[in-house]
Amino acid sequence: MSRQPDVPSSMVFLPHEGLSGLLDHLRSEGYRCLGPVVRDGAIQMEPVAHPDAFPIGFRDRQEKGTYALEDAGDARMFAFANGPQGLKPWLFSPRETLWHVARRGTALAFEPAEIDAAPLAVIGIRSCDLAAIAIQDRHFLGGARPDPAYAARRGGLFVVAVNCTHAGPTCFCVSTGDGPAARAGFDVALTELEDGFVAAAGSERGERALAGLGLAPAGGAREAAAHERVAAAGSAQTRSLPGRDLQAALLANLLHPRWEAVAGRCLSCGNCTLVCPTCFCHCEREEVSSGGASAEHYREWDSCFSEGHAFIHGLQVRPDIRSRYRQWLTHKLGGWHDQFGRSGCVGCGRCITWCPVGIDITEEAAAVCGAATP
Amino acid sequence: MARLRVSVHKFSSCDGCQLALLNRVEEVMRLADRVAFVHFAELGYVNPDAPVDVAFVEGSVSTPEEVMRIRELRKNARTLVTIGACATAGGIQALRNLQADGRAWVAALYPSPEHVSLLGTSHAISRYVAVDLELWGCPVDSRQVFSAIQALALGVMPINPRDSVCMACKREGNVCVLVAHGAPCMGPVTRSGCGALCPRFGRACYACYGPSEQVNGLALTQRLASLGLDPDAIARRFLSINNAAGPFTEAGLRARASQ
Repeated sequence: MSRQPDVPSSMVFLPHEGLSGLLDHLRSEGYRCLGPVVRDGAIQMEPVAHPDAFPIGFRDRQEKGTYALEDAGDARMFAFANGPQGLKPWLFSPRETLWHVARRGTALAFEPAEIDAAPLAVIGIRSCDLAAIAIQDRHFLGGARPDPAYAARRGGLFVVAVNCTHAGPTCFCVSTGDGPAARAGFDVALTELEDGFVAAAGSERGERALAGLGLAPAGGAREAAAHERVAAAGSAQTRSLPGRDLQAALLANLLHPRWEAVAGRCLSCGNCTLVCPTCFCHCEREEVSSGGASAEHYREWDSCFSEGHAFIHGLQVRPDIRSRYRQWLTHKLGGWHDQFGRSGCVGCGRCITWCPVGIDITEEAAAVCGAATP
Repeated sequence: MARLRVSVHKFSSCDGCQLALLNRVEEVMRLADRVAFVHFAELGYVNPDAPVDVAFVEGSVSTPEEVMRIRELRKNARTLVTIGACATAGGIQALRNLQADGRAWVAALYPSPEHVSLLGTSHAISRYVAVDLELWGCPVDSRQVFSAIQALALGVMPINPRDSVCMACKREGNVCVLVAHGAPCMGPVTRSGCGALCPRFGRACYACYGPSEQVNGLALTQRLASLGLDPDAIARRFLSINNAAGPFTEAGLRARASQ
């Protein structure tokens, strides 16, 4: 889907009021459009009919364990860092039926669940979340048996990425190498200026989408301004991880006293893992219905902070918060290198903002690994 | 296939958990070829001493008569399931357990306290007899109880989640009321099963489902304090409907002692 780096891109200028034309085009191509909207005091990905629904003028204030919105009263649509979820709930469903089983006389009939795979176009995905989707793709699609539901939804996805021009205090994608500019995995990428967007296509269907809008070239000045804004968002980031590959440092510090200290503050509620755009753990259960005539086998989001996650027949292998927090961090920042060839952290900062007690992964990793780790 | 013989019994309680069953009575009746209610006074079946496959118990043990009755009931029930905060943790009425003399409140509350035969304590059913399954909540979630009946009719243990309300909130797509609105939410220490009902409507969870599988009461106490709650207000968050559930008692008393 991504453009080859050696193919020159022709950037065009899309005025703010022209964005509705892009949505119209996507709808005419059969896509259901998702975009950021303010709901219940946070910016969330929801179905949208028109860009008027976007959080025009909104800024987010994020810190450890706190999130708030304020209206700056200007025309900018994407001048916030990110909301409580990336695209994870739309691709890896929080709860999904995998199959049904029904009694047919004395036999059992197994039937696969229907998959809702109406094509989605998503407007406003950031580079951190695109990096996360690339990781989830490897998890759900990379093996010998790709996940059919994820594959169906992923296959129909049209991505309009937005390069970040506003970094939140909890953002650290520069240190993970995942932002603030989208480099791959998009059909169209937008960089917002005062009056509109510098737009570039990242795929053939993205090119078709932009071509139909009759846009003028962005021009050197706008391109330079866009580049400058994204670079500024990168240099505004104040948090960072102490290195890209912390596997050795973490495994050398499994008995570090910091694990005990963080366990004292950690609620083991699982929020960090469920807002993480790369966490993929789930459990599977059976639920009886129709008075026992049928049953549903479903999977739902689970967490390494849950008791059941570490329960193997007759044995709880991670009986306390210390061992569960350590499992999360050593897997996310360590074990993923073996599994996926990179860390499982894309620097979105959601686990910091949405932790009810504000535990900061960058602080904990630095404390356990030692700040001097390469 | 023999029908599952089911009874529903009331101890010290408000009847709300029985209502959770009655709310789905049409669905329950559709199970008629698999389930037979033997005793369920609110539904019109009265036969409290009959032997049953499954006895659902609402309410705590709060009077001398209830001590005798729960022991008899246990003998008559192959599987005993507690429904709700009273039966599972002693209920709001267990607040008297924290007093020097639990009976003293009777005199303060009733004009003729001599007619009230009361233990000094209110305890969960499990304090007196073995319990096979505990369904939490004030009240229980009717869907959960209905689902439990269906599973028990097939001879399997029902799904009974112990993870936090936060997990349910995230699966539901609710915005965190603590992080985004500074609400004193008990979700991080409360078990799921309610479908995150209160946060779904923008309200802080008040822990009616009791402690989740791993409670860090001190960490939440410190966070609630940073939101501006004083120690007494924090103690009341823990010492409420499920005040007699161990981790909540401990956290609440510690907060109260820090005043």
